[in-house]
Amino acid sequence: MTTFLGMPATAPRGVGHLRGDEPFPAAAHKALANDQLRRNLRHATTTIRGKSGRVIAELPDWQELRSAGSAIKADVMSRLPELLEQLEARVTERGGVVHWAADANEANAIVTDLVRQTGSERVIKVKSMATQEIALNEALEAAGIQPVETDLAELIVQLGNDKPSHILVPAIHRNRSEIREIFLAAMPGVDPALTDDPPVLAAAARKYLRETFLSTKVAISGANFGIAETGTLAVVESEGNGRMCLTLPETLITVMGIEKVVPAWQDLEVFLQLLPRASTGERMNPYTTMWTGVTPGDGPQNFHLVLLDNGRSAVLADEAGRSALHCIRCSACLNVCPVYERTGGHAYGSVYPGPIGAVLSPQLTGVEDNASLPFASSLCGACFDACPVKIDIPSILVHLRNRAPHGRIERAAMRAAAYTMDRPKLYARAQRAAKLARIAGRRGRGLPLGWNEARDLPEIPEQTFRDWWASR
Amino acid sequence: MSAKDVILGRVRAALRDAPAPGPAPRDYRRTFPAADLDVLVDRLVDYKASVRRIPADAVAAVAAEIAGGTVVVPPGLPSSWRPDGALVDDDLPPDRIAAADAVLTAAAIAVAETGTIVLDASPDQGRRIITLLPDVHIVVLHPRQVVASVPEAVARLDPARPLTWISGPSATSDIELNRVEGVHGPRHLHVLLLEP
Amino acid sequence: MRIALFATCLADTLFPEAAKATVRLLERLGHEVVFPSEQTCCGQMHVNTGYQRDALPLVKRYVQTFSPYDVIVAPSGSCVGSIRHQHAMVAAAAGEAGLAARAGDVGARTYELSELLVDVLKVEDVGAYYPHRVTYHPTCHSLRMIRVGDKPLRLLRNVRGLELVELPAAEQCCGFGGTFSVKNAETSAAMLADKMTTIESTGASVCTAGDASCLMHIGGGLRRKDSGVKTVHLAEILAAT
Repeated sequence: MTTFLGMPATAPRGVGHLRGDEPFPAAAHKALANDQLRRNLRHATTTIRGKSGRVIAELPDWQELRSAGSAIKADVMSRLPELLEQLEARVTERGGVVHWAADANEANAIVTDLVRQTGSERVIKVKSMATQEIALNEALEAAGIQPVETDLAELIVQLGNDKPSHILVPAIHRNRSEIREIFLAAMPGVDPALTDDPPVLAAAARKYLRETFLSTKVAISGANFGIAETGTLAVVESEGNGRMCLTLPETLITVMGIEKVVPAWQDLEVFLQLLPRASTGERMNPYTTMWTGVTPGDGPQNFHLVLLDNGRSAVLADEAGRSALHCIRCSACLNVCPVYERTGGHAYGSVYPGPIGAVLSPQLTGVEDNASLPFASSLCGACFDACPVKIDIPSILVHLRNRAPHGRIERAAMRAAAYTMDRPKLYARAQRAAKLARIAGRRGRGLPLGWNEARDLPEIPEQTFRDWWASR
Repeated sequence: MSAKDVILGRVRAALRDAPAPGPAPRDYRRTFPAADLDVLVDRLVDYKASVRRIPADAVAAVAAEIAGGTVVVPPGLPSSWRPDGALVDDDLPPDRIAAADAVLTAAAIAVAETGTIVLDASPDQGRRIITLLPDVHIVVLHPRQVVASVPEAVARLDPARPLTWISGPSATSDIELNRVEGVHGPRHLHVLLLEP
Repeated sequence: MRIALFATCLADTLFPEAAKATVRLLERLGHEVVFPSEQTCCGQMHVNTGYQRDALPLVKRYVQTFSPYDVIVAPSGSCVGSIRHQHAMVAAAAGEAGLAARAGDVGARTYELSELLVDVLKVEDVGAYYPHRVTYHPTCHSLRMIRVGDKPLRLLRNVRGLELVELPAAEQCCGFGGTFSVKNAETSAAMLADKMTTIESTGASVCTAGDASCLMHIGGGLRRKDSGVKTVHLAEILAAT
């Protein structure tokens, strides 16, 4: 084991999907050139913003619920060790087995071993950000175990050899006709007359997966909430694939980030109001399953809970950044983000895209491994307003920009600017010099900044305001 | 040293200087007027569930008519509700449940504001599997089981039981973020709301 | 009332008309405007680009320069947002608790122009005349950081001759974001293109806002595509007679 006691650690390199192959601006360049992608994203995010806004407006106490959600999460973080041990005790009392994984490698090894012990060569999976984060599917495949994603969007991604681009709807970048193409090309036994009508596409997934659900003995899930007080786990979903995985197999393995614990059963009354309305814009999602350990004669008779750190303790160590762990993975911040809407999720490199990804991924990996992400925001603040647990994402972005490495030239320029601006006389001389030098050239087209690609710089006025004031 | 010790040690180190914010304020709505059945019906219909208000003695006939074939029922379902020829779940194998035309159960509670029905695996609702595999789920609901809000529902439920919260038929928002009914769970949800 | 003007470095250097208009408007309404000459920049660019430590002297300078005044106005929602929400944080992070407390006090006395007019001076009709078709872009920091709400619109609705047309998707960012527009120039330009499309769809001849920075961005884009739409700061419209 490479870890040791007492030092909060970032997620290890070489495993998992928290680091992109290229900086955000380079990845965004490709996405911005894809008109179909931008149309798909605009259509989807506009749809969800409208739906979510309507059902949120129905609740007169939405702001009070947000405050409660935020405060419950802050309380969780401050008492995390105690709550995790309580959760472990309750799950164990009810016949579950709790495992602890310090990082992705440990979690993948634990899950792979558990599956091997069952003798099963296939597992069915409920969509789970934690297992995507640690690249569990790759680890299982390397061990000769076939992971089958059962969430429709995950299935689209898996069949298309693609990467997820959204927390909630990993195939948001695909429209119906692209989904049809993927199904026709890669779904065994699919009807060649398949149309791109969404109910028809959904029915194709139902037919394709039905036999797999009934014949697979092991399921792997994540968890939206783990309740310390009772040992209850909750999975919130839509399609029923979650219910299938959580009900039919003999063995259930749940991988849960340590930040997903909540103190009390009663706390669900807050999160079950916040999550669906912020997430899919529904008053309630179609299905939520809650289970406590093992129930004899009903559902999986072997239950394993894997508690995952993988960088979360490092996030927790940063006072100004730790509230990123309050995230309940609703993806409301993605849906309102003007940057996400233009670039899509792949540009962020990590499985956590959008505004929350821009604060979470660099903290999980260490800022140096995701150095461009804190800058992938115009700080417009729409994410903060949309967040159902009031994570102040813009402030965390600004904080992380301080910790990000800076280029030498930029640093020198910023220092010089601060030096000048702290000396009003020098500052006034610099203002006049700018006018004389016209360094930008006509309309700013000489500037080597990227700005000039799409915009003119303003004409430099004949007189600054302070000169005008002095001349009054 | 165990992974548990490693993780808890890291977390404790991370929190060394962290303040304890204390219990959360709960200023949101905690008391509610009596549940409005019309709200429940409106929400259910919005999810494309069908709702019928019927007397208790009509359950068996209405359920049989909706199912139009084999109906699975949990062992504790009131016998007067059982359609003729119902298949009682005495540990039926999955393929027999999946082959049934419908399943008929009671419910634990329902939430009007969100149009949600909660099953808690009581004898009149049965094992979770029986309400999952058939394509049609018929739920009998008594008005006294309907609460107005999510907080009331959470307070009434027993977390020790396996719970399934159902809000309409199986659906997905995965294609262009629009809700489409009918994926893996029952594609048809019928609610029989008993006349008081 | 005696009002101290924080012109902001951008208006001082590149958009003096916005600051001049603020002076003319407030004087017309019978107030005394002073311009403390020791002022320079609020430091927002440094804070938001990851140079918080370098911003500390600028925070100190702002607090010292404006401490003597009871009411301070700036023609920028973004700078006021930084002053109110970041100055105390920058000071506290540097271990300067005393400065943080003073920054909080001075920040609470610093108002964006529409806030000053509507909340402090209690005026919504400033007696302006501006015979143009105008659309208003709310700017992110005015809208979501200091929450000016509909105050600018209330002021604009009382301008004689002005035809106010609603901007579709007004709450969407124009893509400026300070150094974002340089570091992520292409994404910023994509956001700007959509903003310009909505502005042009209104048929307005003027797009106004309470921030010279966003207007510089939008105006730079509109000029580049030789659009007929001009950008004019809110203060200039309210000062016009």
